[in-house]
Amino acid sequence: MKFGILVNEGPYQHQASDSAYLFIKAVLESGHEIMRVFFYHDGVNNGTRLTTPPQDDRHIANRWSELAEKNGIDLVLCVAAAQRRGIADDDEAKRHGKDASNIAPGFRISGLGQLIEAGIQSDRLIVFGD
Amino acid sequence: MSDEMMDEEGGVVKKFMYVNRKAPYGTIYALESLEVVLIAAAFEQDVSLAFIDDGVYQIKKGQDTSGIDMKNFSPTYRALEMYDVEKLYVEKESMEERGLTEEDFLVPVEVLGRQDMADMMEEQDIILSF
Repeated sequence: MKFGILVNEGPYQHQASDSAYLFIKAVLESGHEIMRVFFYHDGVNNGTRLTTPPQDDRHIANRWSELAEKNGIDLVLCVAAAQRRGIADDDEAKRHGKDASNIAPGFRISGLGQLIEAGIQSDRLIVFGD
Repeated sequence: MSDEMMDEEGGVVKKFMYVNRKAPYGTIYALESLEVVLIAAAFEQDVSLAFIDDGVYQIKKGQDTSGIDMKNFSPTYRALEMYDVEKLYVEKESMEERGLTEEDFLVPVEVLGRQDMADMMEEQDIILSF
């Protein structure tokens, strides 16, 4: 089965992104497919490479990046939500005259259409949020 | 879940329901949910909106945000009709618990009891809960 995933909450503040991550691992271990993970609302904060948790804690941003690298999973940050919250790739930073980008490896920034497309093309769309 | 329909060009048309559960201000969920609905309208899916819990306040008439330095985005709900988003459902119990009546809403809605709302959700392919 093909799953689309929506993550609506930021890391550490809320368990939604942990639950999404663990769910995705279980999906993959069961031989199913992840079509896309879309990050919306504060969920876009999962995708900043500046994340620096204490060393004895899980590193949520790195965990996503490793998941993307190992399994080729499409991690998409909503552009409008990312702009509001100061998450930028090089293109976005340049376009808005910012002095740096901060997107984590394995993530990309795109529009809400990618969420709707995930709904249309997946067998199930699972929402992780408050 | 309903059988998937095809549109005239042979594209998949799924039943998308946006479930609005939160008050319009205080958190960004309502505003960003509305942004999803407006973008999604371009995908020509079968769209409906449900308003439950404090979400019923999102479409209350007479919103005044002048004291909180936030944009009053409630007029946008009136524009949904132009995007062919015309199925708006309000849960009766949520409405009544908050002392509201159908006349308090700034758009035409269908009021459904909790069980009928549950049945409506059962018919959907995709439920996006905000």
